[in-house]
Amino acid sequence: MFVLVEMTDTVRIPPWQFERKLNESIAEELNKKLANKVVYNVGLCICLYDITKLEDSYIFPGDGASHTKVHFRYVVFHPFLDEILVGEIKSCSQDGVHVSIGFFDDIVIPPESLQQPAKFDEAEQVWVWEYETEEGAHDLYMDIGEEIRFRVVDETFVDTSPTGPSSAEASTSNATEEVQKKEAPYTLVVTMCIIPIVSQSQWLILFLK
Amino acid sequence: MEGCFVVHLFSIWDREWHIVPRKDANAALLSNFEVFQLLTDLKQQRKESGKSKQSSGQQNLNTIMYETLKYISKTPCRYQSPETVREFLIAMKGHKLTKAEKLQLLNHRPVTAVEIQLMVEESEERLTEEQIESLLQTVASILPGDPEEQQRDSAMETEGRGSQ
Repeated sequence: MFVLVEMTDTVRIPPWQFERKLNESIAEELNKKLANKVVYNVGLCICLYDITKLEDSYIFPGDGASHTKVHFRYVVFHPFLDEILVGEIKSCSQDGVHVSIGFFDDIVIPPESLQQPAKFDEAEQVWVWEYETEEGAHDLYMDIGEEIRFRVVDETFVDTSPTGPSSAEASTSNATEEVQKKEAPYTLVVTMCIIPIVSQSQWLILFLK
Repeated sequence: MEGCFVVHLFSIWDREWHIVPRKDANAALLSNFEVFQLLTDLKQQRKESGKSKQSSGQQNLNTIMYETLKYISKTPCRYQSPETVREFLIAMKGHKLTKAEKLQLLNHRPVTAVEIQLMVEESEERLTEEQIESLLQTVASILPGDPEEQQRDSAMETEGRGSQ
């Protein structure tokens, strides 16, 4: 689930923090910059693991702060392909079931990956899986808050850095303010691993995709 | 003179500063237990150093630490220790599993054969039923589970034996 990523960056320490130990200031700055943020093509950064190398600090003309190039390792949330994880169902919509693991919410099970036959119950806004056994059809409701085991199938990174003022025409043509759709920088597409235990006959149904 | 000043400014702000992840970035997988230890130690450190140093910039770190700890604390890693993890990895050497599979076994502590089949790729071809059983035995004996559950299980066992 978590990986250690080696990174390099130049950290700026303002003059009023010069009395503090350099390592502490640098650790604080790195955490301030990266914790709880998604780095493109890397993952969701959690916290600093350690600092491997500190190069010399420089002070440049016009800026009283010191700049230090730091080599460090950061703990990043980046599950590998086919990894099994456990999460909670957060909500259901037409695009599928949204799962959350507390610190990361952009996990979605697309309708195709849900066990067929599955249908979306509009009234209750939940996905329902009807599976048949000898006794008849059972309805499995994907209720909110239910714990679910899933397998990571795909991941998508979107570069959400701000773009320049490229489309001046588009902005002038719209009289009302355009609400920009916020795209999640890091999304996981997953599929379910259901192991329901049928108490009557004691056999485990295993569904893998 | 003015021209020189502008060039200077550019030379500072035009410098490339960006985070460069190295190419072997994903080489080091971390187990839930290691992250759990790291975050608990960090939390302890921050508590000891006092609240005076915490500025608003630390809010992101606080949030992610709190949420991650909350999630990891619900997994089996909260009962693990460095010794159990080491023991487990030594015991796993004979089973010919990949690094990722061993990591998943460590993080999830499966108790049924079905869970093993989920985590180990092509388990029907690579593992016989006895091997799966022995894997489960190793996992259950080396990795500590919920102490309350284990007490309940052992109590039920002795009751069963007593009634015989």
